[in-house]
Amino acid sequence: MKLYELTIHKAHRLLKEKQISSRELTRAVLDRIDAVEEKVGAYITVVDQEAMAQAKLADKAISEGNISPLTGIPLSIKDLICTRGIRTTCASKILENFMPPYDATVIKKIKESGAVVVGKVNMDEFAMGSSTENSGLQVTRNPWDLTRIPGGSSGGSAASVAADMCLGSLGSDTGGSIRQPASHCGVVGMKPTYGRVSRFGLVAYASSLDQIGPLTKDVTDCAILMNAVSGYDHRDSTSVSKDVPDYTEALKEGLKGVTVGIPREYNSTNGLDADVLSAVKNAVKVIEGSGAECVEVSLPHTEYAVAAYYLIACSEASSNLARYDGVRYGLRDKDAKTLLQMYNGTRSKGFGPEVQRRIILGTYALSAGYYDAYYGKASQVRTLIMEDFKKAFETCDVLLSPVTPTPAFGIGEKIDDPLTMYLSDIFTLSANLAGIPGMSVPCGFSSQGLPIGLQLMGKHFDEEKLLTVAYNFEQATDFQERKPELWNGD
Amino acid sequence: MKITKEEIVHVANLACLDIDETSTDKFADQLGKILEYVDTLNRVDTKDVPPTSHAIFLTNVFREDEVSKHLDTETALANSPEKEDGHFVVPKVIG
Repeated sequence: MKLYELTIHKAHRLLKEKQISSRELTRAVLDRIDAVEEKVGAYITVVDQEAMAQAKLADKAISEGNISPLTGIPLSIKDLICTRGIRTTCASKILENFMPPYDATVIKKIKESGAVVVGKVNMDEFAMGSSTENSGLQVTRNPWDLTRIPGGSSGGSAASVAADMCLGSLGSDTGGSIRQPASHCGVVGMKPTYGRVSRFGLVAYASSLDQIGPLTKDVTDCAILMNAVSGYDHRDSTSVSKDVPDYTEALKEGLKGVTVGIPREYNSTNGLDADVLSAVKNAVKVIEGSGAECVEVSLPHTEYAVAAYYLIACSEASSNLARYDGVRYGLRDKDAKTLLQMYNGTRSKGFGPEVQRRIILGTYALSAGYYDAYYGKASQVRTLIMEDFKKAFETCDVLLSPVTPTPAFGIGEKIDDPLTMYLSDIFTLSANLAGIPGMSVPCGFSSQGLPIGLQLMGKHFDEEKLLTVAYNFEQATDFQERKPELWNGD
Repeated sequence: MKITKEEIVHVANLACLDIDETSTDKFADQLGKILEYVDTLNRVDTKDVPPTSHAIFLTNVFREDEVSKHLDTETALANSPEKEDGHFVVPKVIG
């Protein structure tokens, strides 16, 4: 096995036993990036020298007997999480040269654990999208079929993990942006409970929905990264002061006594692909075979989630993105004569079409005369969606569903039809509206060889149950063993 | 049309965005379709349903009003497109 193919926990064992050094491991990952980046396009910025310097420090720590599960482990970071001294672009022209003066709390935490940041990865501009095609900087391709999208918005994170260009990644999920690309690229992804992980230093898209989480090669690595990034932070007043369990303990539990709910509404969704349906049905059998009980549940307001989500997310975005005015950081329209011309010129030149579309939709939904009909109504429907989950969790511990209606689609296929693109997020959006944790684990392949993910959703702060079910499922199957060949389609 | 071109221009202006005529047409068409779709929410009876603006129950978070360490002026200005004497420079506001 090549060093860059290792999982975090396997690399950790080799580092601990001093069979490899972090410098060797990091070098192998950087060489892998050099070899395949031209095909995949996952990285906006690679920091060779800084990474090797961090690896050297990690090796020193290990030689002194100081090793944590992340010491010396090379990771990629979605390019909207602030990294001090490493350009953080949000894949937007408006922040193309932004150099954060501080680290996000999650970066501070993983650095304290001794992790090695190898670079910053591509995404839909400001995390707005489901395909990474909205990046203002570059195209990222799905390692399983380079003619297809990797999913989004954390497409660079998922592609970099799937193509072994890092051992794990941190992404963010506002409506499925970790789970959906994880599903499309055949890796594990978790969106934690809202408030579980600090958002300090995460560039805001929709503040009541955004959450940082891991994308990894297997479920054990997911638990390891969750241990590293979770916890209260006084710098994020929406982070929750609640003890963080050792998530790896959840991997030791069996499925006996666990009840898995299958939402009736999800199976009748329009456009649900036959391969996806059969992979998910097969997963139900495997999980039942491992001792869990499966029951049917109902989430009656599912069909309204897309509409409620896009009104709420765009409304919040229109407010959050008002800060890009060309004054304090980022792009400035230098030709402008007046202040107002500078604001308008900067924003029009700096934001791509999807970002402008969402700002306009959000501004409209919040504007006088429309507020009650749009933002107000969506916020009420959000309450009903939350109540649906509450009721469902009275009869089950975990919900099981597809992550996306179809496997990864072709690059360019849906780019001019935003509504169709939005509708493909139907299974993932509700978890963000309700603030509950959600996870994607590989559960099969389509007839064309594209990965399919299984979504698990749990009660607030019950990430452990998701990890237990996901780990038992992973042990009973071998989908995560397969590697993409970085091929070029037909 | 669910949203007129004039409304698009008006809302874009509120959001400090200049959009050309091609984009106005495109946005009017795309946002029109999206707004028609979101009208499905009108089928839901939300009488007496309280709105939710946050997924987790939040109360105000208070802290002592103490001076702590923050970015120094130079660091805070480091990313600014134009600066002078410890200030951000912007085009003239009052003529």
